[in-house]
Amino acid sequence: MTNVSMTVNGRPVSADVEPRTLLVEYLRENIGLTGTHVGCDTSQCGACVIHVDGKSVKSCTMLAVQAAGCEVTTIEGLANGDDLHPMQAAFRENHGLQCGFCTPGMVMSAVDLVTKNPDLTDTEIRDGLEGNICRCTGYHNIVKSVRAGSNAMKAAE
Amino acid sequence: MNDTGIGASVRRKEDFRFLTGQGTYTDDINRPGQTYGYILRSPVAHAKINGIDLAEAKAAPGVVAIFTGDDMQVGSIPCGWGVNNKDGSPMNEPPHPALAQGKVRHVGDQVAIVIAESYAEARAAAELIDVDYEELPAVADLATALDQSTLVHDEAPGNLCYDWEIGEEAQVNAIFESAHHVTSMDIVNNRLVPNAMEPRAAIGEYDSATGEYTLYTTSQNPHVIRLLMGAFVLQIPEHKLRVVAPDVGGGFGSKIFHYAEEAIVTWAAQKVRRPIKWRAERSESFLSDAHGRDHVTKAELALDQDGKFIGLRCYTKANMGAYLSTFSTCVPTYLHATLLAGVYTTPAIYCNVKAVFTNTVPVDAYRGAGRPEATYLLERLVDRAARETGMSQSEIRRKNFIPEDAFPYQTPVALQYDSGNYTATLDRAEELADVAGFQARRSEAASRGKLRGLGYSTYVEACGIAPSAVVGSLGARAGLFESANIRVHPTGSVTVYTGSHSHGQGHETTFAQLVSDSLGIPIENVDISHGDTNKVAFGMGTYGSRSLAVGGEAIMKALDKVITKSKKIAAHVLEADSADIEFKDGKFTVAGTDREMAFGDVALTAYVPHNFPHDELEPGLEEQAFYDPMNFTYPAGCHICEVEIDPDTGVVEVVAMTAMDDVGRVINPMIVEGQIHGGLAQGIGQALMEGARYDDDGQLLTGSYMDYCMPRADDLPDFKVGTTTTLCTHNSLGVKGCGEVGAIGSPPAVINAVVDALWDQGVRDIAMPATPNAVWNALNGAKTAMAAE
Ligand code: FES
Ligand code: FES
Repeated sequence: MTNVSMTVNGRPVSADVEPRTLLVEYLRENIGLTGTHVGCDTSQCGACVIHVDGKSVKSCTMLAVQAAGCEVTTIEGLANGDDLHPMQAAFRENHGLQCGFCTPGMVMSAVDLVTKNPDLTDTEIRDGLEGNICRCTGYHNIVKSVRAGSNAMKAAE
Repeated sequence: MNDTGIGASVRRKEDFRFLTGQGTYTDDINRPGQTYGYILRSPVAHAKINGIDLAEAKAAPGVVAIFTGDDMQVGSIPCGWGVNNKDGSPMNEPPHPALAQGKVRHVGDQVAIVIAESYAEARAAAELIDVDYEELPAVADLATALDQSTLVHDEAPGNLCYDWEIGEEAQVNAIFESAHHVTSMDIVNNRLVPNAMEPRAAIGEYDSATGEYTLYTTSQNPHVIRLLMGAFVLQIPEHKLRVVAPDVGGGFGSKIFHYAEEAIVTWAAQKVRRPIKWRAERSESFLSDAHGRDHVTKAELALDQDGKFIGLRCYTKANMGAYLSTFSTCVPTYLHATLLAGVYTTPAIYCNVKAVFTNTVPVDAYRGAGRPEATYLLERLVDRAARETGMSQSEIRRKNFIPEDAFPYQTPVALQYDSGNYTATLDRAEELADVAGFQARRSEAASRGKLRGLGYSTYVEACGIAPSAVVGSLGARAGLFESANIRVHPTGSVTVYTGSHSHGQGHETTFAQLVSDSLGIPIENVDISHGDTNKVAFGMGTYGSRSLAVGGEAIMKALDKVITKSKKIAAHVLEADSADIEFKDGKFTVAGTDREMAFGDVALTAYVPHNFPHDELEPGLEEQAFYDPMNFTYPAGCHICEVEIDPDTGVVEVVAMTAMDDVGRVINPMIVEGQIHGGLAQGIGQALMEGARYDDDGQLLTGSYMDYCMPRADDLPDFKVGTTTTLCTHNSLGVKGCGEVGAIGSPPAVINAVVDALWDQGVRDIAMPATPNAVWNALNGAKTAMAAE
């Protein structure tokens, strides 16, 4: 067992885990944050995307120990109380989610994507979400949501 | 229209929890004292088990217990639908054990469960189990399975489950003999893996104090699981078994069925007296979730000299996989062959279906279930017939459509369509797709060296499953009604308990709109509860686009009862006759007077019945209804796809996808469009990307997202969708269903477009999925053939 500490959604957390523990397991099982999902075992689906030190990361592809000491943001840390982050609000407004399973990863990827480049075309949005699979929406409304979320984030600056 | 009522694009009530990571999916639930189960699965497709050595595994760290088929002697997992052979004899229905009994029949078949303190320990211990497999030849290929000497089940000679037919073969053959033109095709409907993004999971729990079992499971229909597992597999009576299907991350049919793992964790929880959580890794999902489609068909269409369809005959082999999953047997028969009239007046139809066992994962319903297979073969035939007879794609369809004034229309294959206007839908689709401008776009593409094609599909489907009497007469072993319970609380807020289950469809919003509209109360005052057999009286669940058409109607019936009772209460308070009470906009009024009572006051009075005449009026305001539909509902539509192909690489780009669908009355247009988008993506996926492949040994070659091609954002275009409306004539809402139309209508439109693009290059057909490799080979094969001529 190894003690792993980090800051998750602004709160210091710590747990004793086996060194092989994946970051997503640490978050879900040790810290109890089940908003981050696991949809595959080959790093393909993106349901597990979170931010580590401000960058989007597939948390199934990183060991918890690798994130020791880092600032981690999960989907639970995005809203301000009941006030949704503009990207979350855009997904709601544009019906960018159905079953909600891919949604946490999709939203976290989208936030990172538009933070890096606030002026994406629709084609660039589609390319940028290539690592996130959604089986429900056909992506049409996700692309619409990301575009709207991006505009709202710009407006909020 | 009230702004949260019928017809409004109300933003979804469920979204806040999903967007903030507060959804509760099965794997998010942890029970006190929980252990973890790992299912050891067969690595081979077909083998005798000569022995299982558990000694080392049992001694591994953290192991609580290990069970194999020898320990778990319970009932067989039942099939929900009996289909008879042509001669009237029943189908072959071999046992379907939860844990293998002496033999394994597909890669992924369950052999043992290892229960340990952690998932990692359970998984590690499973690797120490030594199973002595005596490998047998595998039956892996559907097309040749009936001719093989190897039997998947000794009980099923020739690997045949059933040999079923509909229609008069001799009569249809006679029509073909005198036909002016016959179009013939060999058609394969490719095998798909549903791939809901949430992998299946289950938690079994046993309370020794009460003798009650609880199963948390990723299911589209918890009551059906309770019935199948409780009554048939484990013999647990309903009042001792609670099944909870909490938030479920997509289903698409794959979470209808009762799966072995549900029975295993429930049964084993009683043995170890601790809760057991099992969850599939994605590679396990590929090997254990029921797959979809997988038909091979010889199909022929007969036309007269005017281009009218006069006969259709089809011979289909349908893969059942290794065991009969819950709805597997009805998919190629009653959900497929009965749809072969399509939107056309074809007067004579014959279809023979042979259901076949193979050493592959069971095959069952996947979004559309049977109807996409019917639509695909019909629309490929129609497309080809148009080319062979020199008609345009629009003309051949218009000529053969069931006319608007012919409804109700009795097809030759059992169904009676209640309403539709296929010409109107086609007109609107052609407009939205700008078919008129296609030739110019094609020339422009040609100038860039690209091949552009346009493909049509006009379809009808039967959903809103289903009238119990009809399906009962066809072999269904259950009724397919739905229940609703409306509980009006003393201060006028409402909880609706529905037997439908939402796993993405947005029932918590759409159903609340029905209540808001009907009772005239704010939508915030309405909550929809579903997915727990201890809360909801009964339910048949969600599949076959039935939630609104059946579950929604049950809610409407219960609302009617609430209003009737409320009128009695208002009449009592207002000292009038209840026949004179009118209800509008949330107010009860004595007709012709200004005496009125708000809904909230009625609710309060119901629970504060200080001077009720108790022999006439009971306190309380809560009503229950069961609704069993009169008929299926028949959504229909026209999908038009435009593709551009790069002849150098074979890459097909869907440049435009237009869907014009008649789904009856639309309650929430935003949600309906979303459902159609999702179906289109799955349909395009089937046509261009997805395909489950087995090798000759029965090994699944496409067992992960590395090799099974899931549609991603950059594979798809923005969709153009629209609706036309004819109302369903036999339900009060006039609704038909929208969940499956996208997946049913689109695959032939895409393939017809690909063939259109390649036709002048000599390509006549292409199988799904039309991958770049397949397209390039078709193009270059055709070029070689043309050069040789
Ligand atoms: S769980 Fe699929 S990419 Fe991480
Ligand atoms: S909303 Fe269900 S997978 Fe994306």
